[in-house]
Amino acid sequence: MYGFEALTFNVHAGYLEAIVRGHRAGLLTAADYNNLCQCETLDDIKMHLSATEYGPYLQNEPSPLHTTTIVEKCTLKLVEDYKHMLCQATEPLSTFLEYITYGHMIDNVVLIVTGTLHERDVQELLEKCHPLGMFDSIATLAVAQNMRELYRLVLVDTPLAPYFSECITSEDLDDMNIEIMRNTLYKAYLEDFYRFCQKLGGATAEIMSDLLSFEADRRAVNISINSIGTELTRDDRKKLYSNFGLLHPYGHEELAVCEDIDQVRGVMEKYPPYQSIFSKLSYGESQMLDKAFYEEEVKRLCLAFEQQFHYGVFFAYMRLREQEIRNLMWISECVAQNQKSRVHDSVVFIF
Amino acid sequence: MERRFVDNLPPMDLMRSEKMTSVQLIIPVESAHRAVSYLGEVGLLQFRDLNADKSPFQRTFVNQVKRCAEMSRKLRFFKDQISKASLLSSAHPVIQSDIELEELERRLAEHENELMEMNANGEKLRLSYNELLEFKLVLQKAVGFLVSSGSHAVSERELDENVYSKDDYVETASLLEQEMRSGRSDQSGLRFISGIICKSKVLRFERILFRATRGNMLFNQASADEEIMDPVSSEMVEKTVFVVFFSGEQAKTKILKICEAFGANFYPVPEDITKQRQITREVSSRLGELEATLDAGMRHRNKALASINIHLAKWISMVRREKAVYDILNMLNFDVTKKCLVGEGWCPIFAKNQIQAALQRATFDSNSQVGIIFHVMDAVESPPTYFRTNKFTNAFQEIVDAYGVARYQEANPSVYTVVTFPFLFAVMFGDWGHGICLLLGALVLIARESKLGTRKLGSFMEMLYGGRYVLLLMSLFSIYCGLIYNEFFSVPFHIFGGSAYKCRETSCGDAKTTGLVKYQDPYPFGVDPSWRGSRSELPFLNSLKMKMSILLGVAQMNLGIILSYFNGRFFGSSLDIRYQFVPQMIFLNSLFGYLSLLIITKWCTGSQADLYHVIIYMFLSPTDDLGENQLFWGQRPLQIILLLLALIAVPWMLFPKPFILKRLHTERFQGRTYGILGTSEMDLEVEPDSERLHYEDFNFSEVFVHQMIHSIEFVLGAVSNTASYLRLWALSLAHSELSTVFYEKVLLLAWGYDNIIIRLVGLAVFAFATAFILLMMETLSAFLHALRLHWVEFQNKFYHGDGYKFRPFSFTTLTEDED
Repeated sequence: MYGFEALTFNVHAGYLEAIVRGHRAGLLTAADYNNLCQCETLDDIKMHLSATEYGPYLQNEPSPLHTTTIVEKCTLKLVEDYKHMLCQATEPLSTFLEYITYGHMIDNVVLIVTGTLHERDVQELLEKCHPLGMFDSIATLAVAQNMRELYRLVLVDTPLAPYFSECITSEDLDDMNIEIMRNTLYKAYLEDFYRFCQKLGGATAEIMSDLLSFEADRRAVNISINSIGTELTRDDRKKLYSNFGLLHPYGHEELAVCEDIDQVRGVMEKYPPYQSIFSKLSYGESQMLDKAFYEEEVKRLCLAFEQQFHYGVFFAYMRLREQEIRNLMWISECVAQNQKSRVHDSVVFIF
Repeated sequence: MERRFVDNLPPMDLMRSEKMTSVQLIIPVESAHRAVSYLGEVGLLQFRDLNADKSPFQRTFVNQVKRCAEMSRKLRFFKDQISKASLLSSAHPVIQSDIELEELERRLAEHENELMEMNANGEKLRLSYNELLEFKLVLQKAVGFLVSSGSHAVSERELDENVYSKDDYVETASLLEQEMRSGRSDQSGLRFISGIICKSKVLRFERILFRATRGNMLFNQASADEEIMDPVSSEMVEKTVFVVFFSGEQAKTKILKICEAFGANFYPVPEDITKQRQITREVSSRLGELEATLDAGMRHRNKALASINIHLAKWISMVRREKAVYDILNMLNFDVTKKCLVGEGWCPIFAKNQIQAALQRATFDSNSQVGIIFHVMDAVESPPTYFRTNKFTNAFQEIVDAYGVARYQEANPSVYTVVTFPFLFAVMFGDWGHGICLLLGALVLIARESKLGTRKLGSFMEMLYGGRYVLLLMSLFSIYCGLIYNEFFSVPFHIFGGSAYKCRETSCGDAKTTGLVKYQDPYPFGVDPSWRGSRSELPFLNSLKMKMSILLGVAQMNLGIILSYFNGRFFGSSLDIRYQFVPQMIFLNSLFGYLSLLIITKWCTGSQADLYHVIIYMFLSPTDDLGENQLFWGQRPLQIILLLLALIAVPWMLFPKPFILKRLHTERFQGRTYGILGTSEMDLEVEPDSERLHYEDFNFSEVFVHQMIHSIEFVLGAVSNTASYLRLWALSLAHSELSTVFYEKVLLLAWGYDNIIIRLVGLAVFAFATAFILLMMETLSAFLHALRLHWVEFQNKFYHGDGYKFRPFSFTTLTEDED
């Protein structure tokens, strides 16, 4: 019921919203990050994290810790939170929650396919996959030789199947094709997710359309920058942009013809919300762009919690946790490799 | 005179919290650890965290804390392994001499390595055992397929090749096999792969195989007879043996890849029967060997675990203590020379000697050259509140603490709560039958005290167990009140002699309508049993219980106000006594004290006066003649005087105090602009609390508003709190009516039938209702109402409850969940 979420929302999703807000309160704060940045060894990090929600996950780890263990255990916490919520969720929230994982699924598919292309061990690759994006027959991906087989053998059983319809070719898999496949899949996924949220209506549609548009625009910018200097044609490039978002359609037209990063910048500066992101960067620089985008995203995700009775909080929580885990990974790496001066380069404070 | 009387009152341990003192410890580094652990055994010193601004890993003893955490991780690992091996934890841990922490750490590491190695070996063995077992299963089953299809094939040998193109695959299959059988050595390209896979994955596996080979394969499966242990989760998994027939080299690589992806293990099965037999024999014999090795390994491991198990409990508590000691050491400050640790904290004054003795012992035991300095120092903040309770008073103290921990040394309501709480409960729960049931429950809890105390109980049982002495007193008082109300499961008994009343007629039919006549002396104790069911029952009981509630309420509120006098006296604030205690006393007693006087007078004289009328017209027209409602001589002038007193008392408690406070403030700070400089240095001769506390800003409007709120609350509260005590009457009425209903409408009704089944059902319903509704829910509701009467009506007269609890560093309070 549009506009009357407050009336009925809590019947099904009230409990979970409370849970997710509780989880959000457990996110690390700036004070935590300050303490973490002062750590001398990974054990110090573990000690500090033991006072947070990650404590129970890390307490049984034997002492010479590795960054991967920390990240793995932190991810495990996220996955368990997610699974708990998914178990409790009813329609349409459960579908919404499942949508959140499709992005990881795409990444995992790409990871495995690329890995087999370079003849890596499947088990090794499976360990690198994000646990949220796992599906039953993911290991079988290694069997496929081309896109058609990939689809016919494995993906037809997964929720990704409808997104695949656009990129079925009998072309052999190579790095370029895989990258195109990833972006096509992602585009289809974002559009589908966007449509789904619009169908849900109410505050969910409003907030999610903002978050997803941002995601789509960020991808568009990244695609443009990454495809500069490759053999991707303008039309092909344009095909990879999602059909919604702030940049759609005029921004996409302009982005499609960009030849270097400053042109991209010129296009983006016409859009006030992105002006602030690009104004932080010096000309010709694209290194810090990721961080700037992450910061902007975190800001928007935090804002999602300001409103009640919508599903955006679940999306926002999952994303924030992932950002937090990225932060922890960076800090742990810096500590492990004695590069503490660079700690602040990539950490995005959430609060 | 009065002063001397009060001073001569016997001291009550619970009335005031223990006198505390702020202390400073200067401990040489070499004896610090021992000193702190001795203090933990004494358990009477609360340390203040002097490093609150440092994060945990910047503190001094962080490495030791980490080592303890690592050790407790190892211990958890052992515990986990032991519970997995389902060994019982030994009930009688061996007494052994204390070992050093370093020694323990070394031994733990040794044990862990040993265990890990054993586990790794066991896992390796288990893996090869599994492999062999799987091979055996595959051989058993796959041979079945091959043989059966082989015999099939002989009869169908004539079939043409064109069957091949048919999609019907059962036939194709048999043909394929036939061909494979016939041409096993030639290169027709028909082969098979046999293997084993988890049962849960079979369906998907088959589907993918089908897709990958475009249907050009045959999949045979049979579930394995034995379950196989999964080495990772050590759970038994059901598996399925499969045989896939296919043709072509490409299909083979695909199928092998799929097998790998699904974690299916494939084993070669020779087609020759004699060879098969030979391999089966070999596998079986090797399986037997491996089994023996595995068993031996398990026994060895169990033995090692058992030897750990003996010490485990002791080690766990030891590590927990060590960690606690280092946590405390981390709260201490290094002094400038880095040779001493400085600690601050609170301890009760009576414990000073004990602590000093412990510290001396620590110095002596650690052969330290320098003694530990332990001295009293000033503190700005107010000390923590510490009541020494025993197992009996503890629950009552908890009831009070649940509202708020007493301010340091203020009058503690739990002294009175010990009696008033169960009594007010019993007034609402007056039934000696129900009381006896509660008593039995409480006695069971108390009798099994030592057994229940050591066990971990559920949250509900925990609560019951904690409040067992409250329950005991509650039940005793309800038996007493039940005797007064003369109710035993709502039935009256002639315990104390015959009733004073009899019916007008012998048939007693009019007892409900016209009432009874009195023919002898009143019933000696409690309510007359004949009144049950008669016309006079409800009016009499209501009047009794209502008046009794008011009397109890006024008495308890007076007690509360009197306690505020003791508080005022104790803290030396005559202001509070003169301008708060006195007018409050006057106000409450001139209105409700007078009402109580009237009630008692009416009871004693047997007068017919209407008390409602007296009280209402005392306010409406105090000068009017009372007429027939006059209870005693001089009532009218007394009422006028009381009314005037009450009117005076309101401004008395409202205005003077804030103005006097303001005057005192201005007087104190006149010409003190320079004085402050002098006292900014530590001046030990000046008494600390008189000096520091008064530097606070004095905000007159705030003080005045506060006083206004307080006065209004008291004046309105006097009325509403008295009315609130009427809940005693209401709940007691509800309880007796409810039990009457269950007795008459269920038990008596069912007993009216001459049918054993109906009687039994009636009895069951009655018992159920008594147990769950009357004994559980009513107990709970009466408990809650008694709680409210204490927290709100009683305690708001004097209790601030803004203190904080004394939490000494003590080994006995360390619990498991601190890990």
